[in-house]
Amino acid sequence: MMRLFQGGKDSPVAARAAILLVGLALLVLPFALAQAGTAWVRITNLAILFALLALGLNIVVGFAGLLDLGYIAFYGVGAYCYALLASPHFGLHLPFWVILPIGAALACLFGVLLGAPTLKLRGDYLAIVTLGFGEIIRILLNNLAQPINITNGPQGITLIDPFRIAGFDFSKPERWFGLMVSGPIKYYYLLLVVLIVVMVVNVRLQDSRIGRAWVAIREDETAAQAMGINTRNVKLLAFAMGASFGGIAGGMFAAMQSFISPESFVLVESIMVLAMVVLGGMGNIWGVVLGAVLLSFVPELLRYTVEPMQKAIFGRTLVDPEVIRMLLFGLALVLMMLYRPAGLWPSRTRRRELAPAKR
Amino acid sequence: MSLCNVPHAKRLIATTATVFLLAACGNEEASKSGEPSGSAGATGITVKIGHAAPLTGGIAHLGKDNENGVRLAVDEANAKGLTIGGQKVTFEMLSEDDEGKENKGPIVAQKFVDAKVAGVVGHLNSGVTIPASAVYNTAGIPMISGSATNPKFTEQGFAITFRTVGRDDQQGPAIASYLFSEYKPKTAAVIDDATSYGEGLANEVEKALKAAGVTVLPREKGNSMQTDWKAILTKLRGKKPDAIFYGGMDSGAGPLMKQGRELGLQAVFAFGDGACTEKMKELAGEASEGLICSQAGIPVAAASKDFLEAYKAKFNSDPLIYAPFTYDATNLLITAMQNADSVDPAKYLPELAKISMVGSSGRIEFDAKGDRKDAEMTIFTMKAGTIVPLAIIKAGQSIPFEEFTKGAADPAPAEPKEESK
Amino acid sequence: MDIFLQQLINGLTLGSVYAIVALGYTMVYGIIQLINFAHGEVVMVGAMVALTVISALTGAQIGLPPVVIVLAGIACAVPACMAIGYGMERIAYRPLRKAPRLAPLITAIGISIILQHVALLVFSRNPLSFPQIMPNPVFEIAGAHISAVQIAIIGGSVVVMAGLTFLVYRTRLGIAMRATSENVQVAGLMGVNIDRVISSTFVIGAALAAIAGVMIGTYYGIAHYTMGAMLGLKAFSAAVLGGIGNLAGAMLGGVLLGVVEAMGAGYIGEFTDLCQAPWIAGLMTERCADGGNFVLFGSNYQDVFAFLVLIAVLVFRPSGLLGERVSDRA
Repeated sequence: MMRLFQGGKDSPVAARAAILLVGLALLVLPFALAQAGTAWVRITNLAILFALLALGLNIVVGFAGLLDLGYIAFYGVGAYCYALLASPHFGLHLPFWVILPIGAALACLFGVLLGAPTLKLRGDYLAIVTLGFGEIIRILLNNLAQPINITNGPQGITLIDPFRIAGFDFSKPERWFGLMVSGPIKYYYLLLVVLIVVMVVNVRLQDSRIGRAWVAIREDETAAQAMGINTRNVKLLAFAMGASFGGIAGGMFAAMQSFISPESFVLVESIMVLAMVVLGGMGNIWGVVLGAVLLSFVPELLRYTVEPMQKAIFGRTLVDPEVIRMLLFGLALVLMMLYRPAGLWPSRTRRRELAPAKR
Repeated sequence: MSLCNVPHAKRLIATTATVFLLAACGNEEASKSGEPSGSAGATGITVKIGHAAPLTGGIAHLGKDNENGVRLAVDEANAKGLTIGGQKVTFEMLSEDDEGKENKGPIVAQKFVDAKVAGVVGHLNSGVTIPASAVYNTAGIPMISGSATNPKFTEQGFAITFRTVGRDDQQGPAIASYLFSEYKPKTAAVIDDATSYGEGLANEVEKALKAAGVTVLPREKGNSMQTDWKAILTKLRGKKPDAIFYGGMDSGAGPLMKQGRELGLQAVFAFGDGACTEKMKELAGEASEGLICSQAGIPVAAASKDFLEAYKAKFNSDPLIYAPFTYDATNLLITAMQNADSVDPAKYLPELAKISMVGSSGRIEFDAKGDRKDAEMTIFTMKAGTIVPLAIIKAGQSIPFEEFTKGAADPAPAEPKEESK
Repeated sequence: MDIFLQQLINGLTLGSVYAIVALGYTMVYGIIQLINFAHGEVVMVGAMVALTVISALTGAQIGLPPVVIVLAGIACAVPACMAIGYGMERIAYRPLRKAPRLAPLITAIGISIILQHVALLVFSRNPLSFPQIMPNPVFEIAGAHISAVQIAIIGGSVVVMAGLTFLVYRTRLGIAMRATSENVQVAGLMGVNIDRVISSTFVIGAALAAIAGVMIGTYYGIAHYTMGAMLGLKAFSAAVLGGIGNLAGAMLGGVLLGVVEAMGAGYIGEFTDLCQAPWIAGLMTERCADGGNFVLFGSNYQDVFAFLVLIAVLVFRPSGLLGERVSDRA
C-alpha cells in the first residue's frame, strides 16, 4: 500500500497518517455528498467508473505505449455480458460475482483478439486499427438483433438486475446504524473497493517483471526484444489486462444503470477516457485517477458556473456546457502534448521519456 | 449546520473540503427525509413538479418546447389558486437538463428525488426515460412522458410510468394501415437508421404490413448520420417495391428520398414523425412532393384552441411538437392530486391511474400499463412544399383531418360519441 | 446488369471523393510519417464554408448565374481550409516533430475535436441543407442513372488528381517534396527549406479536402459538423489500401474502396441470406416460407467494410496494393 505514495518513502509515519486521513475522507464522502443531494453520489460513482476505465487504458497506453482508440469496446463487452446474463432478455439471472469474472474474461478474450493480428503494427497504424475495432464492436452490438436476436439492437436491454448477494440488494435504500444508506451510496463503497483493488493490482503490475517489460517496449521495442523480452506475449498481456479492467467496469455500469444500449459505447467515450489518461499523466496511476475525476466533474461544474454566467450576461445560453466541455477536452489534449506531455501528475520515467529536448 | 445549508454547487465544494467535520450531517438527512413532497408554510404548501429534457444539445429546442408546456400548466394552476388537503397549494416547476444522454438520466432523476418532487413530466428521449424510470420507481414518484414513444418504457412493470403520447407500436400500425388502404402496395421495402427510434418504428411498420399481406423485402439499414443511400436504393430498384418506409430523422430521410427519385424509383415514400418536418422540402427539394408521414398524437394545429392561444400569448411562438402533451401531463398530475386531495405520490398515484380528463390533445385515459387508450395518430403529406395533415387515425379508424378538427373545436358534444364505441 | 452498372457508378462517385481526401492523408504521411487525424474535419469545414457562401449568395438574389455561385463557394472554401491546414501544422504538429510518435497523434485527435465543435458554434448544430440552385439532369446509360453532379464529381476529381501529379512531378516544389519524403536531413542539406515544404504539403492537402467537401456537400445536399470524422477514417483506409505515401495508390485505393462499399451494401445481403442456400432453407422451412429471409449480414454492416479492408491490408500486406514510398514503416 505504501508504494502507492511515491513521495512517502522517506517518512513512513507521515505516509501512514496520510493514507489514514484519505481513507477516512473517502469513507464519509458519500454522506457529505448526499447532503448536497444523492445525485452527487451518482456523479461520483460515474467518476469512479471512469477512473476504472482510465486505469485499464493506462496499462495499454501509459505502460506499454500502445495507443488504443477503441477501448470503450471492452467496456461495452463487459456491460452487455452482464446485461444478457442478468436480465429478462434471455430470462437469465446469474449472480454478479459469477458474471463479472465472465465479463472480464470475455473482454480479455476480445483484447487478445484485437491484439493478436495487430501486434506487428507500429503506433499510429495501431491507433487507427483499434479505432476501427471499437466501431466494429459497436456496430455488431447494434446489429446482432437480426437474424437472431442476441443484443436486442439499438433498443437496448432493460430491467438489468442490480448487484445482489443473499438478500442484500445494492439498489435498495436501507438504514444502517441509524444512518439512511441509499442505493448509490452502497454502490459507491463497492466501486471504491474495486477501485482500490484495481489500483493495487496496477501498482504491483507496474513494479513487476511484466511492468518493466512494458516500459522497455514502450521505450524501445527493438532493444527490449534484444534483451530477451518476448514482445509479442508481453504486448498481448497488456491488451488482455487493460481489456479485462474495462470489462469489469462495464459490468458494474450495466448493473448501476439498469438499462444499456449501444449508444453508451461510441467513439467519443473512447476519446474521453484517453483524454483522462493523457490529462492526468500517462503511466502514472494516481495521475490517471486524478484525470478521470477531474474530467468527470467538469461538465457538472460547468453547468453550475458557465450556464448561469452566460444567462446573467447575455440573457440566454449561447454556448452549451456540453460544447465547452468538448472544446476543453480537445484543448486539453493539444495543450498537454505541447506544454506538459507527461500530464498533470507525471510518472517519473514518463516525464523523462516525453521530454524531447533532453534526448 | 450552517454548512449544510449553502446552495448546491458551493455546498459540494464546501462539504468535500471539510469532509470530516460534516460526517454528522448524515444523521440530519435521515430525520429530514420523513417529510413527504411539499413543504408546509404559513400561507400553504409548495409542490414541486420536475421536468426533464435535453435543454442543451441537438434537440434543445424540443426540450424547451416541452418545458414551456409544463410551465404554462403550472402557471395556470397557480393562477387558479388550488386547495389540496385543506391547504393552499403553489406549484413550482424544477427543470433539469438531461442532455439527451443515457447515463445522465438516472442522475437527473436522482436530483428530482433529492428535491422531493411530487411528480415528474419527462423525459424527452426514450433512451433516457427508461434508465431514469428505475430511479423514480424506487422512490415511488409518478412520471408522465409527453414524448417517449418506445413501448419498453411502460412495459417494465413499474406502476409509476405513464405517457400522454402514442407508442411506436401505435404509430407504426397507423402509418402502415394508411399506406395499405390508400396505396395498396404488393411489395414494400423497410429501411431504418439503426437507432432505437428508427428501428423500433420500422419493426412495427414491418409487422403491420406483413399482417396486411404485403410482401416486405429484407430490412435495409443505414446509420443516423448516413447521407449516401444510393447503394441500398439501387438494390431496392431491382426489387421494384411499391412503397418504401424509412424509420429515422429528416437528415437521413431527405437525402434518401432525393436519391431515390434520382435513381428513378417510383414507389411512394413513407416516414415516421422524425422525418415529418418542413426540413424535408429543403433537403429533398422537389423530390419530397407526395411523401406521406405520421406523427404520434394530434397535430399541434389540432390541439385545443385555448391551449394554442395561451401558449402563443405566453411564449410568443407556436408550440413545436410535444408541448400539448407535456402540458396535459402536468395537468394530469395536478388533477390527480386534486382528486386524491393529497400531494403525496403514494396517495394520488391510484387516482392518476384511473383518471379521465379532456386535455389539449383530447380525452386522456390510461390503460393498465400507463399508456394512453386510443391514442390518436396523424398522417401528413408534402403538398406544394409544406407538410399538411391528411387524416387522423384513432382506434384503427381513419378520419379525414377536416372532419376531425370540426369535432375537436367543440370537445364537449364530441365526447359521448367517443365513449360509445 | 443495370443494377450492377448502377452500383458501379455509385461506387465510382463516392470513390472519387475518397480518393481526393486520401491524397491529403498520403501526402502528409509520405513526408513526415504523421497520420493527420484532423484531415476529415478539414473536409467538413470546406463543405460548411462553401454551403454558407452558396446559401448567402442564393438568398441575396443578385441574379448571379448558378455556376458563378458554386465557384464562389469553392473560392471561399479553399482558402479557408488552406488557412486551417497551415495553422494546424504550425500550432499542433511542428513543435512536436521530434517528439515521440504518440504525441502528434494525440494532438491530432484534440484538433479534430476542436474543429468539430468550433464548426458547431460557427455554423450550426443541425444539418445544413445545400440549396439546389442548378438543375441536376439525370442521364440514362444502359438502364443506369447518372446525374450531372456525379459526372462533375468524377470529372473534377480526375482534373484534381492530374493537377496534383503535375505539381509533384513537374514543379520545383514537387521536387522538394519528393526529396523531403526520401530523407528529411539530406533534403535539408541540399538546400530545401524543410519547414516550407511541410507547410505547403499541409496547405495543398487542405485545398484538396476543401474541394472534396464541396463535392460531397453538393452531391448529398447536406452538411453536418460530424460528417468529416467517418469520411476521414474511410479515406485513410483507402490511402492504406493503396499504399500510404503513394499518390497513385491513394487514388486507386479511394476508387476501389468506394466501389467495394457500394457493392458490399448492395450485394452482401443476398449472398448471406441463408434462405437462398437450399440445404439450410430446408432446415428452416418455417422462417424461409413465403419469401422469408435469414440475412446474416445486411447493408447494416456497410460501415464495417472500410475497417475490415484496413485491418486485412495492414495484417497481410502492410505496404498496400502499390507499395509504400517509405518501406521501413510497417
